[in-house]
Amino acid sequence: MKESNIVSLRDISVDFDGEPILVGLDLDIRDKEFVTLLGPSGCGKTTTLRTIGGFVHPKSGDVFFDGLRINDLPPHKRNVNTVFQRYALFPHLNVFENVEFGLKLRKVPENERKARVQEMLELVNLAGYDRRNIHQLSGGQQQRIAIARALVNHPRVLLLDEPLGALDLKLRKEMQIELKRIQQTLEITFIYVTHDQEEALTMSDTVVVMNDGDIQQVGSPQDIYNEPKNAFVADFIGESNILDGVMFEDCLVEFAGRKFDCVDKGFGKLERVDVVIRPEDIKVIDPENAPLSGMVESVIFKGVHYEMIVDAHGYKWMIHSTRSEQPGAFIGMEVAPFDIHIMRKMEVE
Amino acid sequence: MMKTRATAIPYLLWMVIFILVPLLLVAYYAVTTPDGAFTIDYISQVGEYTPVLVRSVWLAFIATVLCLLIAYPLAFIISRKSGSGQRTMVMLVMLPMWMNFLLRTYAWMTILEKNGLINRFLAQFGIGPLEMINTQGAVVLGMVYNYLPFMILPLYSVMTKIPNALIEAAQDLGCNGVQVLIRVLLPLTLPGISTGIIQVFVPSVSTFIISRMLGGGGNLLIGDLIDLQFLGNAYNPNLGAAISLVLMVMILLCMSITNQFGDEEKGEMLK
Repeated sequence: MKESNIVSLRDISVDFDGEPILVGLDLDIRDKEFVTLLGPSGCGKTTTLRTIGGFVHPKSGDVFFDGLRINDLPPHKRNVNTVFQRYALFPHLNVFENVEFGLKLRKVPENERKARVQEMLELVNLAGYDRRNIHQLSGGQQQRIAIARALVNHPRVLLLDEPLGALDLKLRKEMQIELKRIQQTLEITFIYVTHDQEEALTMSDTVVVMNDGDIQQVGSPQDIYNEPKNAFVADFIGESNILDGVMFEDCLVEFAGRKFDCVDKGFGKLERVDVVIRPEDIKVIDPENAPLSGMVESVIFKGVHYEMIVDAHGYKWMIHSTRSEQPGAFIGMEVAPFDIHIMRKMEVE
Repeated sequence: MMKTRATAIPYLLWMVIFILVPLLLVAYYAVTTPDGAFTIDYISQVGEYTPVLVRSVWLAFIATVLCLLIAYPLAFIISRKSGSGQRTMVMLVMLPMWMNFLLRTYAWMTILEKNGLINRFLAQFGIGPLEMINTQGAVVLGMVYNYLPFMILPLYSVMTKIPNALIEAAQDLGCNGVQVLIRVLLPLTLPGISTGIIQVFVPSVSTFIISRMLGGGGNLLIGDLIDLQFLGNAYNPNLGAAISLVLMVMILLCMSITNQFGDEEKGEMLK
């Protein structure tokens, strides 16, 4: 099956004042997907989004939209709309006029304008707010209006730049579900920028993990979480213990002063690797006969589980366990072979 | 409550002594003869000077429009600069104001004169000498030059409050450059525009130094007229007061018109 790409970036490089922001970035975004660009601040995710929106002009490389090169197309001629970080609603217009803004510019007849604005206000659950002033709305409501204002134009792609960043946790969770619902109802492509990994995993069909102006991994939320490609992704998505290790042969790795069975193959003999173990994959057992043992340094109650820091074999291990130990206790640890993830060392530039 | 009232008393006194009393005096002089008898002769006499009034308003109007056209793009450019860039450029805008007003206008005299800088330069190429000083153009130039900062500053201060994202949002929704200006920038900068217009128009319409120095005898403005009645050889304070009163009413009318589209809680919008 040939999948159609709605947006393609080819070898995109962007500089700001001589500082490289994006370096030779390639990215394909499939039609009708919820794609999240995820990474720490300064990784280039917002710049990538703004390149698609037409607000940033790449130094080199090409931007394709539905197969056509759109490098030189100004933002107002692109069939994409943006939901800005701080909403950027027009303060001199009321709710209705804000949503209507794009339709008026397209000279859509008044009857149709009214109908489409109403439809959008219903979609974002703000029907009846037409005449309100923008500064009378709460942050969450302003957010919804910003989404309605963008979507009313029926863009092929909606760009969202950390749209939930200014909302409190509970509202954020609600809006995540809301956004996913809207995306599925309208069947259009969402490109979503965030630094919040949980947000990315909750909403996305595809997650693009970025760091230092380049893409680290592209995959489904499950892939990204379960099979991180390198230590950066593993560390950024969820929490991880990352240890230096040496690959002895296929399915045998040495770390923490001991050899362990694992399931990864295809590394060079005695290649230095990163060993990644998720905190929830470490089992606390009796220290006798345990492959690893150490002293509990601290215990924090996290609700579903306890987070323990254990000092063992020269490394501070993070363990998530439903069983609590006393700080100072001596415990044993065990990891199943398929929970040991081996990754190539990232090249140091 | 009592405390705020008590602290307001010095300001209240100040305003009564230096604003209210002089205003009442002007009004009093305007409607009385030198002997103190009531008359409206002076007020009706102002009508004889209609050409001067019209000229004053017309020149001040042109100067205000020119200031707006020059200041708007300039203020916008300044407002999009980085913090230090903004400070430097605002400094440059204010710099001429550190020099005495008379001195600045004298400088223009020497530039525009028959044997002034421009004509001497043009003479090298066999052009001229051009009639520049003592024209209405020179008066407008003087007004624009002297009052331009008063247009730039209020515009700049409303424009710095407009985030870039708002302009990008407009582009994103389909605005080209002109549409961004008409649909977003102009409505959001209206308070600055109306303040700027008042700050340029009011001193321009009542100036007498600029017209006297750059306009020669032929371009008498209301300001000159009033000056003549009080300090000149026409000495007639009652007529001067009457002209002042008419001028004041005109200015108040202009201000109330610009205020019509200046207020409306627009100051709050950009918070």
